[in-house]
Amino acid sequence: MTLNIEQIRKDFPILERETKLGTRVVYLDSTATSQKPLAVIEAMNAFYRCSNANIHRGVHTLAEEATAMYEGARERIAKFINAASPRQVIYTRNTTESINLVAYSWARANLKAGDLVILTEMEHHSNLVPWHMLQAERGIELEFIPVTEDGLLDLDMYRTLLTRGPKLVSFTHMSNVLGTINPAAEIIRLAHEAGAVTLVDAAQSVPHLPVDVQALDADFLAFSAHKMCGPTGIGALYGKAELLEAMPPFLGGGDMIREVKLRSFRPNSLPHKFEAGTPAIAEAVGFGVAVGYLSQLGMDAVAAHEREITEYALERLEEIPGVKVFGPSADRKGGVAAFTLAGVHPHDVAQILDQDGIAIRAGHHCAQPLHEKFNISATSRASFYIYSTTDEVDLLVNGIYKVKEMFG
Amino acid sequence: MDDLYREVIIEHYKNPSYRGKLDPHDISFADNNPLCGDHIQVDLRVGEDGVVSEARFDGHGCAISQASADLLMESIIGKPIEEVKQLNKQDVLDLLGIDLGPVRLKCALLSLKVLKAGVYGLGEASDSLVE
Repeated sequence: MTLNIEQIRKDFPILERETKLGTRVVYLDSTATSQKPLAVIEAMNAFYRCSNANIHRGVHTLAEEATAMYEGARERIAKFINAASPRQVIYTRNTTESINLVAYSWARANLKAGDLVILTEMEHHSNLVPWHMLQAERGIELEFIPVTEDGLLDLDMYRTLLTRGPKLVSFTHMSNVLGTINPAAEIIRLAHEAGAVTLVDAAQSVPHLPVDVQALDADFLAFSAHKMCGPTGIGALYGKAELLEAMPPFLGGGDMIREVKLRSFRPNSLPHKFEAGTPAIAEAVGFGVAVGYLSQLGMDAVAAHEREITEYALERLEEIPGVKVFGPSADRKGGVAAFTLAGVHPHDVAQILDQDGIAIRAGHHCAQPLHEKFNISATSRASFYIYSTTDEVDLLVNGIYKVKEMFG
Repeated sequence: MDDLYREVIIEHYKNPSYRGKLDPHDISFADNNPLCGDHIQVDLRVGEDGVVSEARFDGHGCAISQASADLLMESIIGKPIEEVKQLNKQDVLDLLGIDLGPVRLKCALLSLKVLKAGVYGLGEASDSLVE
């Protein structure tokens, strides 16, 4: 099945937004955050208009309705990633908080000085800094799977690192800069053979590819709603039930407890154990509608569309003299094209493109060590999603030629 | 855009007059823009009369950050160090002759922050130095 892009574009009101020039905005920054379909915007609006109440423990109609919507969304999200049970899906604020939850709860209960955590050189800051912090606090050791020149993980080096008996392997499923789709199932299988627990940063993969947590055999998997047609302020952590059961709570407060005495508490069962305080209820509702929207399109079709447009974009970008695109070939990457233009700083590229209504991102994309690895301080990054078209790629390419002319 | 990338800015970016390092120097300081990793080092020579006799910048970054650094170096040579301490955001904007949004303002002001942190002998080029 192929996507009907023209039809899909009609679902996203913001794509009608006019630029200063009177043209339509060309949004090529979906890796930072995706746009939201009307169905999501209206579901959140309707929640506040018709169903708003705090969840759980309320017996009135609104509270029951709000609770059903909040938990119903969890069921849809669990199904979307093929989790065995919705109670294995913990709502968080975003991928970053999901990773921090594992670092604070699982890792602080299970790691001691000298224990090894394996990360990769292509991690986003959200899968680096929590481990830096734990290293400072606990004296754990960190090692990194190297990235090759063509933007792939060096799996031979990974096998060597595994002989050192790591406790945890935490890695990105898809790089937000190189676009590399890492062989997650293989990385996890090898980690398990070495006796390590695995955490997958799936912020970029769940929105763009079919992800099946059981097929991957992932122990933990983190993702955000806002990169997959949902609202900001909500994300999820999937975990294997036995791991989540054994973990101490993360934040303390209401809703995460079974019983509270003046001097003690007993934690609630999953998933509520990890959801202290009033959560982002309308956002959860929007998240549920977002996964419904994507399921309807079919994630295989979503991935196929992105592969097609990425292939086209790489071909067009690489024909521009002075442009260097980072990362592997289109068949091994998602819808991301990070590039440099000789003699022009990425900020200037992005700024000049913006004048023509083309939105790309410039900077280190919260992956500073990866940029250092390639000896650059920043890149320009165009990224694609279900509503991206080859016409938009052409406008990007024309814009880059214009930049070249200005800096000529 | 024609405003933002005025010819003078592109010119100072491509052919800076004050790029380089000074050895020996009386003041040298370097820092990054945490938002984008742009990096600027400023070296100064200051005479016994307290007047800046030489100024150079080095580093990498966008056209706005590099051009403003070059213009800033040009403007402080011959100025008493006490006057350099008083420079602020508006002085840099006047040198550039453009208006900037909040993100690009950080690019434009990086060199001034580095300069003032160096002159005041501070460990960090913080935003509060130029406001």
